[in-house]
Amino acid sequence: MTSPQPRNPGTALTLPWFEDIAVNTPATEARAARLVATRPLRGEWRAAWLVNAIRCMDLTTLAGDDTPARVARLCAKARRPLSDPVRAALGLDRLTTAAVCVYPTMVRSAVHALDGSGIPVASVATGFPSGLMPLSLRLEEIRHAVGEGAAEIDIVITRAHVLRGDWTALYDEIAAMREACGAAHMKAILATGDLQTLSNVYKASMVAMQAGADFIKTSTGKEAVNATLPVSLIMVRALRDYGARTGVRIGFKPAGGMKTAEDALAWQILMKEELGRDWLAPCLFRLGASSMLGDIECALESHVTGRYAASHRHALA
Amino acid sequence: MPSVTDILDTMAYGPAPEVPDEALAWLAAHGRFGHFCNGAFTTAGPCVACVNPATGSVLAEVSQAGTAEVAAVTAAARAAAPGWAAVSDHARAMALMALARALRKRQRFFALLTALDTGTPIRDAFENDLPGAIRQLTYHAGRAETRESDFPGRVPLGVVGLVLPGDLPLPMLVSHLAPALAAGATVVVKPSEHSPLSALAFAELCAEVKLPPGVVNVITGDDTTGVALAAADLDAIAFAGSAEAGRSLRAALAGSDRALSLSLRSPGLHIVFADADLDAAVEGVVEGVWRRTGPFPPAGARLLVAEAALGCFTEKLVARLGRLRAGDPLDHGSDLGALLHPGRRDRVEAFLAAAVVAGATCVRPEMALPAAGAFCAPALLLGTEPANPCYGAEIPGPVATLTSFRTPAEAVELANSARSGLSATIWSENITLAHDIAAQLVAGVIALNTAPLADAAVPSGGMRESGAARLGGRAGLSSFLRPAPVPACPEPANAPASAGETSPKALDKAVTAARKAAGWAEKSTAARTEALYAVAETLAARAGALADRLAASGHDRAEAAQSVALAFRVAALTDREAGTGSAARAQMLTLTLNAPWGVIGIACPAAQPLLGLVALVLPAIALGNRVVALPATALPLADLTALFHDAGLPAGVVTLLPGPRADLAQALARHDDVAALWYAGNVTGAAEVTRESSGNLKALWCPTERDWSAQSLADTLEAAAQIKTVWIPYGA
Repeated sequence: MTSPQPRNPGTALTLPWFEDIAVNTPATEARAARLVATRPLRGEWRAAWLVNAIRCMDLTTLAGDDTPARVARLCAKARRPLSDPVRAALGLDRLTTAAVCVYPTMVRSAVHALDGSGIPVASVATGFPSGLMPLSLRLEEIRHAVGEGAAEIDIVITRAHVLRGDWTALYDEIAAMREACGAAHMKAILATGDLQTLSNVYKASMVAMQAGADFIKTSTGKEAVNATLPVSLIMVRALRDYGARTGVRIGFKPAGGMKTAEDALAWQILMKEELGRDWLAPCLFRLGASSMLGDIECALESHVTGRYAASHRHALA
Repeated sequence: MPSVTDILDTMAYGPAPEVPDEALAWLAAHGRFGHFCNGAFTTAGPCVACVNPATGSVLAEVSQAGTAEVAAVTAAARAAAPGWAAVSDHARAMALMALARALRKRQRFFALLTALDTGTPIRDAFENDLPGAIRQLTYHAGRAETRESDFPGRVPLGVVGLVLPGDLPLPMLVSHLAPALAAGATVVVKPSEHSPLSALAFAELCAEVKLPPGVVNVITGDDTTGVALAAADLDAIAFAGSAEAGRSLRAALAGSDRALSLSLRSPGLHIVFADADLDAAVEGVVEGVWRRTGPFPPAGARLLVAEAALGCFTEKLVARLGRLRAGDPLDHGSDLGALLHPGRRDRVEAFLAAAVVAGATCVRPEMALPAAGAFCAPALLLGTEPANPCYGAEIPGPVATLTSFRTPAEAVELANSARSGLSATIWSENITLAHDIAAQLVAGVIALNTAPLADAAVPSGGMRESGAARLGGRAGLSSFLRPAPVPACPEPANAPASAGETSPKALDKAVTAARKAAGWAEKSTAARTEALYAVAETLAARAGALADRLAASGHDRAEAAQSVALAFRVAALTDREAGTGSAARAQMLTLTLNAPWGVIGIACPAAQPLLGLVALVLPAIALGNRVVALPATALPLADLTALFHDAGLPAGVVTLLPGPRADLAQALARHDDVAALWYAGNVTGAAEVTRESSGNLKALWCPTERDWSAQSLADTLEAAAQIKTVWIPYGA
């Protein structure tokens, strides 16, 4: 399934778009806290929004103990994220996750397991999760993953460039990665937990988009703090500002730390409130998650049956 | 109901209504409400309907009180006053705690009632009104506990009338009631006829927690009831509501011995600089203007936006307004509910039309509003020039005007050219700039980079025609306590006039000079301390000569020595009165600053010509005020003027005018540029100046006929400042 979203051509490195930005942290946190409370979702609406979360999910396994069989099991879940009775009761003909996200060496297994499903394989690359490898090797890793059949590449940035304010180095690195991706869509992981300040997050987001990232993504899932609503709010505002300047629509992917159905709703509300309905589709929004699917499944089963669900009655991912 | 697949197309939010079962059951059980008098509801008399503004349906019938009912209720409060004042501070604290617990248990009920009665979104009632009200009660339980040690020598006021506005009925009720009860006063509450239900339900709560009968009474009715209450046997009235009603109340109470404190509805102010986090500013302004989350009743707002950020900010703001959801107040997803009553919608529409005729551009998002009910889409008036009659005008609806400025100085100039000054927000990531602006704004509550805030521990209130009342903190309690009694010192029937005359023009010239001496307020407290020591030393050096003159004119020579001692005490305290900082909320620094009024007119007592002058003028200038004083004395004016001049005070800080005190005091009362008036003559004169100043609502203090050697200097210093609260959130 190739995304219908046009690629981001990027721009030259344009410092005035972000250099003087100052993000107010308490105000951002206050807005993030209020956002979710202000948009309750109940009954059918809640169920539909949870289904949409599955549609937008990059079902992920990024662990040292991944094996081809483990990846195949995940892919089977991506093809059939809900049991048939629950899916049918919700009135859905077909439902898959948006993509499956794995390490480069697992791409081949994933592509094989997803054959015929139309579900794209996303691969992390560039020395994930720290990114501290020579650039030439990182670019080679991208080309390897693309060669293995990855349609989407989740790259990590060099955090040092952000912390040192070396925007040229950051821009050049991401632009080179974008080139190495070729036809594969590129998601730039900012590792916001390492960047610490919201101003850094805004600036890194803007540089990644100027360098051609199709998506900006919060975290690897390996930092001490992963996706949070305030950080996501700032990234989403950065991509809105980039869109206002260039007319290009950028996607957003929160990843790491989101485990519950409530999280799935919270991030979707954020997208709709700050960007609008268009950002609730997989071409512009992905949820990077592993265990969240199980919780959503329980919630949807409860919705259908009216009983509380037990996870041991669902297929493992 | 749409199917899951339908919703997946639209990704709509869907309804999330709260069922108002509890509230409706309570209303049905009561049907017609009497007044709450002496611990029980009276039999309902002639009633008026209480209407849900979101649907137009009748919620209940509420009695309309006439003079007889007002008298009965006031008598109940009067009878209960000595008993309540005699109760121990701890017992009063426990009573407030009991009310807090009872309210906490009934949160859902009160939130539902608020939504039904006022059209406030249920979420705001849950998240703002209820926690705020409970906090008021617990905080003031603490204030009650330590009242004696906090305010030694001061006694409860007696009976206080609370005349409350229709907006934010529960927060307004509790923020007035809690300090009154903590201070040991009994109260008669008159809620607005548009939203009386919270007060009636709260009255029931008072009975439930076995508050002694008569301590809290509630009387319902329209404005005529308010007028009757103002004329009733009360010791003080706290009024919150429109400036117009405040003015008439002040005129009506002139000459009575009932103290009046005013909290008047005033438009908010929001200043956005180009270096602000504009997205944060948009959110804060939306919270402060269009959503009713702020602590102050809605009254419209002025937005001042830097030209350098005008395009970007406006674009973001207009887009954000389009995402607001207006609708059923009982729905948890509604950002905007209904207006308090349909009349307000007509006022808003007329206001918008007038603004557009005068050159503004009205922007309103398209939104589907319920057909029935007093709903009103939010509106933004772009390009509202200060000459537009709607600029800075009070309008109780979801409306803001937007005006651009070029420089920080121009922002302050625009901001301060207003009759009222209640709350302001400043948006800039530059801390140096933000604090500079905060220091210059004439507003009682200032928030940096956050929507307007309030907390029970922090004094809140306005400046200029927003009324001088402060609620919250120490200052909030102080207004419900009688000042420590001072021995009387009668004024002569005809105060001697200082030799000479002051023409109206000369008086205006003196006021202008005083206004221009604003540099005095900007001096460091150290510099002012030094200046006041110089005054004290000059006075000391001439004490002997002054004593002789006093004796010669039939006064006590001791006054000279007393004046010298007092002058040194004022000098010593000058650099201790700047204000305090506190941490009422997490990640938030709160400054409570003692800001000068500006120009204070002082009519000095004749009975103690030197001591009275010193006891009033020196505390006033110590806090940065400039004074135009009327010394009613046979002492040569030149001697007194020389005192200040020779001490090196800058020109305009103290001006003494010759001539008859009564006439000049009235002229000062009428002068719009005199921020406060202190009248220390006789009671008749005090009534005259109260009446004369009801138009411009200037702050008034009438310490009449007292022995100034016994006056508490702390009380005088408290009167010499208006509290300005600055909220400063922090976080990296």
